[in-house]
Amino acid sequence: MLIKNNALVADEWIVLRLKEGEAADSVTVPAGNVIVPLPVWNCQHEALQGRKELGLWLAGFERAEDIPDDVHRFPVIAVDFHKYTDGRGYTLAYRLRNQYGYRGELRAMGDILRDQLFYLKRVGFDTFAVRADTDIRDALKGLSDFSLTYQASTDNAQPLYRREKRGAAR
Amino acid sequence: MYRYDQFDHQIAKERVAQFRDQVARRLSGELKEDEFRVLRLQNGVYMQIHAYMMRLAVPYGMVSAAQMRMFAHIARKYDRGYGHFTTRQNIQFNWLKLQDTPDILADLATVEMHANQTSGNCIRNTTSDEFAGVAQDEVVDPRPYAEILRQWSTFHPEFAYLPRKFKFSITGAVQDRAAIEINDVGLQVVKNAQGEIGFRVLVGGGLGRTPAIGTEISAFVPWQHLLTYAESIVRVYNEFGRRDNLYKARIKILVKAIGIDEFRRQVEEEWKLSKDGSGTITQAELERVAACFSTPGYEQLPPADAAVATLQKSNKAFASWVKRNVKAHKVPGYAAVELSLKRAGVAPGDATAEQMDAAAELADQYSFGELRITHMQNLVLADVKQSDLIALWEAARINGFATPNIGLLTDIICCPGGDFCTLANARSITLAKAVDERFDNIDYLQDIGEIDLNISGCVNACGHHHVGHIGILGVDKSGEEWYQVSIGGSKGSPANIGKIIGRSFSFAQIPEVISRLLQVYVRERQSGERFIDTLRRSGLDPFVEYVYATPVAEDEKLLLPDYDLIKHGMSYDTPYYSPRF
Ligand code: SF4
Repeated sequence: MLIKNNALVADEWIVLRLKEGEAADSVTVPAGNVIVPLPVWNCQHEALQGRKELGLWLAGFERAEDIPDDVHRFPVIAVDFHKYTDGRGYTLAYRLRNQYGYRGELRAMGDILRDQLFYLKRVGFDTFAVRADTDIRDALKGLSDFSLTYQASTDNAQPLYRREKRGAAR
Repeated sequence: MYRYDQFDHQIAKERVAQFRDQVARRLSGELKEDEFRVLRLQNGVYMQIHAYMMRLAVPYGMVSAAQMRMFAHIARKYDRGYGHFTTRQNIQFNWLKLQDTPDILADLATVEMHANQTSGNCIRNTTSDEFAGVAQDEVVDPRPYAEILRQWSTFHPEFAYLPRKFKFSITGAVQDRAAIEINDVGLQVVKNAQGEIGFRVLVGGGLGRTPAIGTEISAFVPWQHLLTYAESIVRVYNEFGRRDNLYKARIKILVKAIGIDEFRRQVEEEWKLSKDGSGTITQAELERVAACFSTPGYEQLPPADAAVATLQKSNKAFASWVKRNVKAHKVPGYAAVELSLKRAGVAPGDATAEQMDAAAELADQYSFGELRITHMQNLVLADVKQSDLIALWEAARINGFATPNIGLLTDIICCPGGDFCTLANARSITLAKAVDERFDNIDYLQDIGEIDLNISGCVNACGHHHVGHIGILGVDKSGEEWYQVSIGGSKGSPANIGKIIGRSFSFAQIPEVISRLLQVYVRERQSGERFIDTLRRSGLDPFVEYVYATPVAEDEKLLLPDYDLIKHGMSYDTPYYSPRF
């Protein structure tokens, strides 16, 4: 199960992770809806180019300069958080949405916590694959911690002072 | 000062609810400590051995009388009757129960306060000049910009999990009282040749293991672009700051590693993408916020008060107090008054609930109901009529605020150190106490004049020893307590990192070492020079030579096994947690 656009849905994608002994250039990409890691795409993109239902995943520490230019071809891009305290994936998502103009599904996966979903949503993620040990129904609540925000981000391109008439009655 | 509108109230309310739920889940065991830690830190809550500590935010050090009374209430209801004002102009309470912390946040919200981001690897509370708005050397009042920064950084979704903590400081005056050169980002509000307002921006300052003075990244960023420029800096840092080593994670290390020119290039590149976008500050928003800091209703007063002048002549204690604790004000007939929180036997920056209530009372009576907290861990009443100075002095004396030592040797910045902090190599507060005792002659202190003595118990530098005119650092030599002495540091205008004078000393030698340094100053000084001026002119050599010329005797009294905090009537027994995180 996944959280997608504030609801629970079945996950229709398989995430390909390299096992020990497998290499990016030789691993077999199974048929169907597969999200492949960046190194696999980089090594095999000629062979994979024809597959429409192909997703890409980036490690949270991958940098903007590593992002392929043709991000728009992927219906899904996932960012994998190896540790919830590593915040690079937030900037990565912000860049994908605002600087690359990526409009497809942007998925957060790996070590993400319920109490982070609100910020993750704000920077541009719309789909969340929470850890297996997390109660996913419970995690849904994390998306609505706040009804108001001060600054602009992907979810709202205007800061509060441009959205609302401020200084009103206390 | 800034007043919340309905939106600020709403956000504060939702934050309380969010944290209440998180604490409940922690208490029920649903949240593990490792996952809860980051959540509590972003609300200023630290876990100690015996209790929880909570650091409340005092945005840019401004606090109303009602807010100060709330601190007193918190001290009484949830703590042990006192609190501790910090070098980042905040206040922290040391004896709390976790289950009470949501109630504390709820209480704070009723007076438009919070504990947002006072800890954790996020953008921290912005510090500023304690004399903002009243200083004679002020070019532009920095507070509206500080408030705009506060709102922008509050719950910024992209920057809650940075490599390390991130500190802004802002000043609008000629003299830098906000130590902008030792912050991750330092902002100086300036006017350009056309009279337009903007910021000189410094980046990469900081203390700790690798002290660094901030470097100029831009000479002038127009005020409208403050947020987009700041965001560009933090974004580059979030992406490229080191995350593999706690001690190399601050932005100063990144700036040093790639060089300021390359860092600037990356920031400018980033800025191109957001400049002139929706993050640009509007005139309307600036005006709305600035209106909260409009000048209070000053009366037309004569520039000086005759009774004050008379009492200064006849009463030495009053004269000393005026000289040290009363500061010039831009409006004739007014003064800014510092309430000292440094007195013998009390840890620097500590105040009791009774003192907080008294300070609030004084603010209501004499200073438009407002106070400021200084980075030197004292309080300021910024708008006092000179004709009220005598009455205020009497009241300050009764409440233990009138030590006439602002800026003097005994106005020490010192960290909790070995008496309380588990990371310490040596005691700091006890050493401060020994210095207090050795130099208790106010005439001598006045003669020595302005000098910053800063003490840290270990290399984490919570006591800012690098930027003390005299800096003392606790070091470990095969399990024993020793102190390294540096001189020539300075926290601003310009900031400098002090130089170590030579081999280290024992606890009982330090007061004599300080005495020798002062003797050289007295011998070498030219008229009007402060300690630091003489040192800068003459260089380190005369000081170093004299200190090491003959063996430094140990003060026998300090060697007694019972020379410690408790025996000397320190007013508390708190196991402080290191403020370094
Ligand atoms: S960690 Fe900070 S408070 Fe603790 S001894 Fe070191 S400098 Fe002092």
